[in-house]
Amino acid sequence: MKSLTLPLQPQDVLDLRVGDPVGLSGVMITARDAAHKWMVETFLQKTRPPQGDDQACYEALKPILRGGAIYHCGPVVAGLDSLDYRFVAAGPTTSTREEPYQAEVMAHFQARAVIGKGGMGQHTLAACQTVPFIYLHAIGGAAALIARTVTRVLSVYKLEFGVPEAMWVVEVKDFPAVVTMDAHGSSLHSEVEARSMEALARLIDLEPRTPKSA
Amino acid sequence: MQNLTEHFVELIRRTSTDLPADVEEALRAARERETPGSPARRALDAILENVELARRTATPICQDTGTPLFFIHHPAGWSTRQLREHIRGAVAEATARSYLRPNAVDSLSGRNSGNNLGDPSFPTLHFEETEGEALTADLILKGGGCENVGAQYALPHSGLRAGRDLEGVRRVVLDAVHQAQGQGCAPGVLGVAIGGDRGSSYLASKEVLLRRLDDTHPEPELAALESRLTEQANQLGIGPMGFGGETTVLGTKLTHRHRLPASFFVSVSYMCWANRRRRMTILHDQVSYG
Repeated sequence: MKSLTLPLQPQDVLDLRVGDPVGLSGVMITARDAAHKWMVETFLQKTRPPQGDDQACYEALKPILRGGAIYHCGPVVAGLDSLDYRFVAAGPTTSTREEPYQAEVMAHFQARAVIGKGGMGQHTLAACQTVPFIYLHAIGGAAALIARTVTRVLSVYKLEFGVPEAMWVVEVKDFPAVVTMDAHGSSLHSEVEARSMEALARLIDLEPRTPKSA
Repeated sequence: MQNLTEHFVELIRRTSTDLPADVEEALRAARERETPGSPARRALDAILENVELARRTATPICQDTGTPLFFIHHPAGWSTRQLREHIRGAVAEATARSYLRPNAVDSLSGRNSGNNLGDPSFPTLHFEETEGEALTADLILKGGGCENVGAQYALPHSGLRAGRDLEGVRRVVLDAVHQAQGQGCAPGVLGVAIGGDRGSSYLASKEVLLRRLDDTHPEPELAALESRLTEQANQLGIGPMGFGGETTVLGTKLTHRHRLPASFFVSVSYMCWANRRRRMTILHDQVSYG
């Protein structure tokens, strides 16, 4: 297992290849559907003016995201009443929903890692090479186990999105994941999809179709 | 009628934190089939460790505690209105105790209610009156990742050359598994309904997920198709988490419903490996959990 410490440098990312197991330590941010939509509309495309504490949140997030990691995760959090937040269960959510946003978000913030499950598409894979960054796959559903690697909840932004969709700033130690999309154009997800398409075509006697992520 | 709120909280706690034994056994068997040192095997090792940890510490197996789907069978004379109140109270309490993540989001405003209570259809409750004196409450917690990869096909399907017969069913089910790749948290369980209308078909495909993984369909033709579908889904090589490997599906459960002459739906509900289902039985004052 390769140990990685956040923030990451471009060279850290370039040294990784599909299949490498990694243990991630440092500060990362959870962000999923509502958070990506908010970031892109308010600060990248600017189709929606900043409101309330938007600008303050953005300024606070920028230094954490520079070289940092975005975790597609909607945790179960205890201590909501006492504000003594604790992650109880924190596995990854499906990443493909962020495909329309991810490449631009990573380029804008110069973030170096996305963590989720299920992989992402060609647009994100291309951006992995240019930004550069990597896609890390955590074990879907292994929520109790992964929550144990969250040593502290440092702060939370946009709690009005709801507990699952807020942006939680957490410190992790040896967070387990595997590189499934690297900065050299390789995607384990594309490979598995292409191979399984051939197997499907054999099983139901069809012409293989073009994989959907191509 | 006695207040059953605390019993329902306990049902939710067990469902969320303690994976059924047959599912855990199937995961252990799947682990043995994967190549030592492969990402697939490491994923199953982490999954099994997580299952044990969640049980020991009474924390949710998966952070996505899903849509709570209740199937209640009650004797004559019970009030479904009161049962609904008890269940909704239990869902809010289980959320406060972190057995459930607040998951009810208003689709127009985007606001999360914070307690898992939404309109009357969230949580989802199905009531049916039965013979006898026992009340049974089955609960499924179905996460969003696996819900998103469910699929419904209208046969005939020319692209897949699927006609209105069991061979057509086989073709579309394998297509659904291929489309899902690892996104539904493979290795999953397939709940498949043949027939019905669009709504009843999907409901049946979820209700059939209440069956144990190690049972066999009473109709030999469907029993044979269930095992064939599991075997062939695994030949796709998608594997745990979509990392590639031997086990993509832990089991397949089929059911069938009458349909209109014009319609032949096949509905596939994909259930993630965190196949959280539990039954509570109440007979007089005795409460037991299966």
